[in-house]
Amino acid sequence: MTSPVGAIDGPPAKPALTSRWDSPALRRFRRHRLAVFGAVTILVLTLACIVGPFLLPFTDTFIDIRQRFAPPLSGAHVLGTDQLGRDMLARLLMAGRISLAVGFAAMAISMVIGVCVGLVAGYYGGAIGAVLMRFVDAMLCFPSIFLLLAVSAFIHPGVETIILLIAFTAWMEVARIVEAQIKALRERDFAVAAEALGASDARVMIRELLPNAIAPIVVAATLNVAHAILAESYISFLGYGIQPPTPSWGNMLDNAQGYLTSAPWLAMLPGAMITLAVTSFNFIGDGLRDALDPRTDAR
Amino acid sequence: MGSFLARRVGQAGVLLLIVSIIGFSILHLAPGGPLSQFAATGDMTQEDLDRVARQMGLDRPLPVQYAEWLWRLLQGDWGVSYRDKQPVLRVIGSHLGATLELMLSSTLLAMMIGCWIGVLGAIRRYSVFDTLATVGAMIALSIPTFWFGLVVIYVFSVGLGWLPAGNRYTIGDGSWSDRLHHLIGPCIVLALVSTAVWSRYMRSSMLDVINHDYIRTARSKGIPERRILFQHAVRNALLPMITIAGLHLPTLLSGALVTETVFTWPGMGRLFLDSIGYRDYPTVMGILMFTAMLVLLGSLLADLLYGVADPRIRTA
Repeated sequence: MTSPVGAIDGPPAKPALTSRWDSPALRRFRRHRLAVFGAVTILVLTLACIVGPFLLPFTDTFIDIRQRFAPPLSGAHVLGTDQLGRDMLARLLMAGRISLAVGFAAMAISMVIGVCVGLVAGYYGGAIGAVLMRFVDAMLCFPSIFLLLAVSAFIHPGVETIILLIAFTAWMEVARIVEAQIKALRERDFAVAAEALGASDARVMIRELLPNAIAPIVVAATLNVAHAILAESYISFLGYGIQPPTPSWGNMLDNAQGYLTSAPWLAMLPGAMITLAVTSFNFIGDGLRDALDPRTDAR
Repeated sequence: MGSFLARRVGQAGVLLLIVSIIGFSILHLAPGGPLSQFAATGDMTQEDLDRVARQMGLDRPLPVQYAEWLWRLLQGDWGVSYRDKQPVLRVIGSHLGATLELMLSSTLLAMMIGCWIGVLGAIRRYSVFDTLATVGAMIALSIPTFWFGLVVIYVFSVGLGWLPAGNRYTIGDGSWSDRLHHLIGPCIVLALVSTAVWSRYMRSSMLDVINHDYIRTARSKGIPERRILFQHAVRNALLPMITIAGLHLPTLLSGALVTETVFTWPGMGRLFLDSIGYRDYPTVMGILMFTAMLVLLGSLLADLLYGVADPRIRTA
């Protein structure tokens, strides 16, 4: 395992006054055109979802029954209206707030669980590690949608519970990655030295080992946002996720199948938004993987 | 081989045990626990419920209950669906065929297309084709399956009228050609993600094999490049795909659930959703355990097959 960028036993910092924007990792990321495209898209999308609803002439809940099923690019509603005459653009942006927030929040929680389990399992190994990792293996046996739906059937779904549920089914891959990293790192000299100096277990884990495993964790976090947005859209589409009238990209598609012949844009637009957001996160993840791995310069 | 087999089966047994504990915990999470099927109807008093709990042994310690539940599970007693009033295992069995048909056909399609894309991408690395395949695979992995299903229905059923919009066969028909005609849409939709996965793994496996010594040896012997690639390299690059088939099973099952919903395909995924809608907890739990056991069996089979196909694994 080569050490990630900025590792403790890496080369000393260059004396020249190079700015942060000149770091090799960032240079590699900017060269990855798809990743830059992804980053810009997510930035624009997030900003639009936050600011957009304040600028539009219609709110997402305004019902204009005379303007039902107005097709896109015709008249006042830029992206058309739905079966109740609500403005599609306003609804898409409000739904984006929920979907993106669910994606980020579920990612954060799943990362905390995954990193903790991986750290403990990788550091202590032995019986503790075996039990934890077998639990991870067993959780991975349940197909994620089945697990999500089974548990959401028992509880009253709200935004917070959906976030917790998605996080609860998405931390296992992270735990695996972190465990493998920590297991390899803890044999290295700097970790052994820290231990010999009498550093506590927690200190070695968090101050010495974790910073050196940050590269794959960052990549996994990015891909986890993509996964969480997809998971939310799946269970909302199936009717067990975010409940109307709160819009999300997934539940906007829930009723759209019935209007596929008469008003196809009801189904096409939210799906395109999901695909755009998820693709962008996947591109960023791919770019980060290349950027944070010094070996990619060799190619 | 014997010890490899024994060790692998032993690992699977331990995993099954943990899987069953997780399943049991979720069952007890349900409002009312295993009693919910009686509580849900609402025409039973608390006294009745207490009596049933005693009869079912729910007043005993949890570990004892768990052991008995697991024992019955292994014997095939998975409870009774309170929607159909039939044993859960029989209900699952009657929907399994449709799901397997969909999963097998789409896997076949995805393997054929995906492996070709992967091999060609590896041979012409960083070419236009390879770049397009890489980007295409990443987009394919990002498209929600249900939305792709809607697009396929919109284009090929609503627009062009080539494909039926759902169901497994036309009522009153059910001939082979009719069934095949209905299979095309959901098969393509479910195959999209799998094709992307297969192409990525096949590409990296192929790149791995090409750098091996025996390929260089074959080249130095003057064997034509085509033959080296397609007889020496591809055959070896296909070996790790056995493992991928096992690893991909959970994703495939999740995708099948969504595809079945969009195309009203009468499979296990639809049964699962309907059971949730009816609060049919025994069936929900049954299908959850069944899919987990299927995944476990799949990865065990994949490992054993890999051991048969590649003798180097057994000694490791």
